[in-house]
Formats: sequence, C-alpha cells, structure tokens
Amino acid sequence: MPSITYISNSGETRTITVDSGTTIMQAAVRNGVPGIVGDCGGECQCATCHVYVDEKFLGLLKPAAEDEDAMLALTASERKDNSRLACQIALTDKLDGIVVTTPPIQQ
Amino acid sequence: MDRGVVIIGAGQAGFQTALSLRNEGYAGKIALLDDEGRVPYARPPLSKAYLKGTATAESLEYRPAEFFVQQSIDLVLSDPAVALDRRRQMVALRSGRELEWSSLVLATGAHVRRLPTSGKEPFCLRTFADSDSLRTHLSEANEVLAIGVGFIGLEAAAAARAQGKKVRLIGAEARLMGRAVSPFISAWFQKMFERHEVPIRLNTAVKRITEAGVELADGSVETADTVIVGIGVIPNTELAAKANLAVSGGIVTDSYLRTSDPSIFAVGDCATHPNVYAGGLTRIESVQNAADHARAVASTISGKPKEYRQVPWFWTEQFEAKLQIAGLAVEADETEVKGDPESGKFSVYNYKGGKLKFVESVNQPAAHIAARKLLEI
Ligand SMILES: Cc1cc2nc3c(=O)[nH]c(=O)nc-3n(C[C@H](O)[C@H](O)[C@H](O)COP(=O)(O)OP(=O)(O)OC[C@H]3O[C@@H](n4cnc5c(N)ncnc54)[C@H](O)[C@@H]3O)c2cc1C
Ligand code: FES
Repeated sequence: MPSITYISNSGETRTITVDSGTTIMQAAVRNGVPGIVGDCGGECQCATCHVYVDEKFLGLLKPAAEDEDAMLALTASERKDNSRLACQIALTDKLDGIVVTTPPIQQ
Repeated sequence: MDRGVVIIGAGQAGFQTALSLRNEGYAGKIALLDDEGRVPYARPPLSKAYLKGTATAESLEYRPAEFFVQQSIDLVLSDPAVALDRRRQMVALRSGRELEWSSLVLATGAHVRRLPTSGKEPFCLRTFADSDSLRTHLSEANEVLAIGVGFIGLEAAAAARAQGKKVRLIGAEARLMGRAVSPFISAWFQKMFERHEVPIRLNTAVKRITEAGVELADGSVETADTVIVGIGVIPNTELAAKANLAVSGGIVTDSYLRTSDPSIFAVGDCATHPNVYAGGLTRIESVQNAADHARAVASTISGKPKEYRQVPWFWTEQFEAKLQIAGLAVEADETEVKGDPESGKFSVYNYKGGKLKFVESVNQPAAHIAARKLLEI
C-alpha cells in the first residue's frame, strides 16, 4: 500500500496510505485533504485537482497524456514544470512516499 | 438573522452548491436533501465506465459520507422535500420534518421520459440504481435494442457493444445527437457505429412497449432480450410550480439564477436561465452547467453576488471517440474542419453570421480547451 504526502500551500503536511490504483485526487477527497477539489470526478475535464509534484518523483511518473496536458492550460494557479492533474496519477508501490504540494487556488 | 440554506436535491448541482458555500466561507446552516438514499455521486460514468464495469460504485461518490459531517453539511438521505411554504420560508419533508430557510436552492434535476409500456419495463439511465440494474442484467444479455440517438442512447449502445453484445439502435430523429452537434459530427459518429457493427434506424418513432416487444409507429414490432430507452428527460419542476414560482420548461430564473421569489434559486438541469451564449432563456443538461450554476449561487448567497455567464461545454465518450463540445450548437451557415476526420482526430468549427458559435473536437483535447477560451464573451 503506497503512502503519499500532501503539503498545503501554507506548509501543513498530511501523509496517508491508500490502496494501489487509487489516484492522487481520490486519495485526497476521500480522506478530507483540503486543497484538491476534483469537480469532474476525475474525468480530466476541470483542472481543479492541480498539484505540484516533488521533483524527486517526477521522473517516476508517466508523462502527462494529451488531454491532461491540454487541461493543465486551464489551472487557476500558475502552471509550472512539475504541474500535474492529481486525477490522472494512480498510486502504485513504485510511487510509495510521493510528495505533492497543492496550489494556492483551484478555481 | 440567518436561518440557513436548504438545498433540495443532492446531485451534481446541489452537492456543488453545498461544497462551494463552505469554500466561500459561508458559516450558516446547510441542509442538503436527497431522495435516492445515496451519498452524492457523479452521473456521467453511469452510461460509460460504470456500465462497462471499469469503475466501482465508490469511485462515483464525490466525497465520503464523513466529509458532510466534517463540513457541518446536514445531508438528509431519503427524505425528499414535498412542499414549500414561501410565506414562512419553510420546506416540508416527507417524514413531516420541517426546515427553515433564508436561501432555498432548487437543484431537483430531471427524470427520464418514458414510453407507454404495458409489458416489461425497459431499462433507462438516470440514477445509480438504473445503471446498476442494467449492468447486472447486461452480463447475461445477448441482444440489446437501444431506443434514442441522443448522448445517453449512444453511450449505452457503445458500452453494451464493447462488452460483445449484439446491439442495434432506433431513433425518431433524422441524425445522431441532433440537438447538440453539427450534421458533420452526426454523420461521422454514425459511420463509427456502423464500423462497430451497430445498425442504426433513424426517423423511426417508437409508439409503445407491449408484451410482444417494441412497437414502432408503422405497427411493426422489434424484439430483443434487453431494451434500453434514452429519449430525454423532463425537469423536476413540480415543487416550484406548486409554490407558484414561474415555470416554463424548467424553473425560470434571472441571470443570478434567482427564481421569481428572491429567496429561492434554481440550478442545474431544472433551471431555465438566461444564457449569454444562447442569447436568451434556455435549459441545459450538463456537468459544466450544473457546477458553474452552483458556484455562482454559492457566491451570491455568501454575499458576493455573481452572475452566471460561463462558456457551455460538454463531452461524451462512445467507442474510441471522445467528443468535446464548446459553445452551444446552432444551425451554422459555415463550418470548417481542421485535422483529418479519417484519422479520428479533428475539430469542427461552426460559424453563424461570421461569428464562431461552437467547436466540436474529436480526440483533440487541446483544440477543445483553446475553443473554450476563444468563445468567451
Ligand atoms: C447517464 C448519464 C450520463 C451523463 N453524461 C454526461 C456527460 O458525459 N457530460 C456531461 O456534461 N453531462 C452528462 N450528464 C448530465 C449530467 O449528469 C447532469 O446534467 C447533472 O447531473 C445535472 O445535475 P443536477 O444536480 O441538476 O441534477 P441531478 O444530478 O439529476 O440531481 C438532482 C437530484 O435531486 C433529487 N431530487 C429531485 N426532487 C427532489 C426532492 N423533492 N427532494 C429531494 N431530492 C430531490 C433527484 O432525485 C436527484 O438525486 C449525464 C447524465 C446521465 C443521467
Ligand atoms: S478531477 Fe477534474 S481534471 Fe482532475
């Protein structure tokens, strides 16, 4: 069971452990982690699940697919090189310990 | 004194209203009333991933039940509102419970249109229960007849076909998704269904469903072990009408989504609202419409009045095609196709009077996102 740490914009951290296959968005909303909204329920349609992925883990992720890349143009907070949509990243044991920071605003 | 907010209907629009009220910092009482006995969930997967068996019931829920407790949102399951007393600003629930409001939000959605039926009830797709019983049944089915060539009928047909069923489609209209897309897209999708060996009969009205099967207008009868009906929905306006609020198609609102009673709002599928992109009053059934309505109303109730004026957008998934639409379909006088339709990746730009009105993108998410920005008024 992979664990994930969320760091809020103001620096608070939350670490949770979830079943493999759970997305970073689902893990957040099911566990009441603030800062991730997920309006569209993970359909890659809303860009309200924007996160900044810790550089150390970026290389372990599959690159953003075309629809995620397009949707990242609509994030409410600045898009950076490590911007990803949390609903498009499923957690696996390989990603155990991953750290993401939530942006100042999502919409 | 603030008596709180009562939201009737815990679907996309009702849930989003409650969520956005708390996000806006609204600290008063919030009651969210449901009549399905389920924690609020997303409907789009009901005719897509859930029906195909690739999503779990839990994954459809917007938030777990504890979230509502943590946020002090009184989620009232299976106790629908039955009457509004506007003078006393009180909602009566079926159980006899009464709730007071300072702001009331009608987010009652819509229910499916049915065919006159004397035989076995056909399947339909609106609620989790609908999709769940169809999903269970499909595992044993061989032959599926889908009635209706709008989004729901087509998505259900594609999902059943993807599971190897023999599927055919019947529609009263002259083309696929006629209300929502251009003729070019209708024709492209029709070819795709034919490629997947789903025959389509257009211009064919169904009269009723009897013991014998599906009776068409010409008197002939079609049979299949599974019949799915997706012929549109009727907005739930009964409560509003009984309370003498203006109703015309849906519950009529102003640009703030306020009904003819200033303490009552209507959002989502049930709201007939002024839409800058329609150039007048309209009613729209989409996630975007429901969620953006909800956000505008939450902002207004929280003391920051906000007009609703977002670019409408939609999506649908059928077989290998993800279609995204920005803007509202009109009869265009000029269309431009970019990309190669043969390749399965292209966009259709539709103009009227020299103005870009709506853009349809098939498997071209970047073009869709650009179009949403391009269309902003
Ligand atoms: C199968 C399916 C697939 C879809 N796919 C897409 C898609 O791909 N893209 C897209 O943009 N849109 C899609 N939609 C449309 C989208 O889901 C709706 O537009 C959206 O759900 C509307 O939200 P709503 O809150 O207005 O209504 P609803 O989600 O219908 O919620 C209304 C709720 O209020 C309840 N209610 C009614 N009266 C009362 C009462 N008196 N008391 C208490 N509760 C009450 C209803 O039972 C219901 O639970 C789809 C819809 C369906 C059914
Ligand atoms: S939840 Fe909507 S894009 Fe991720």
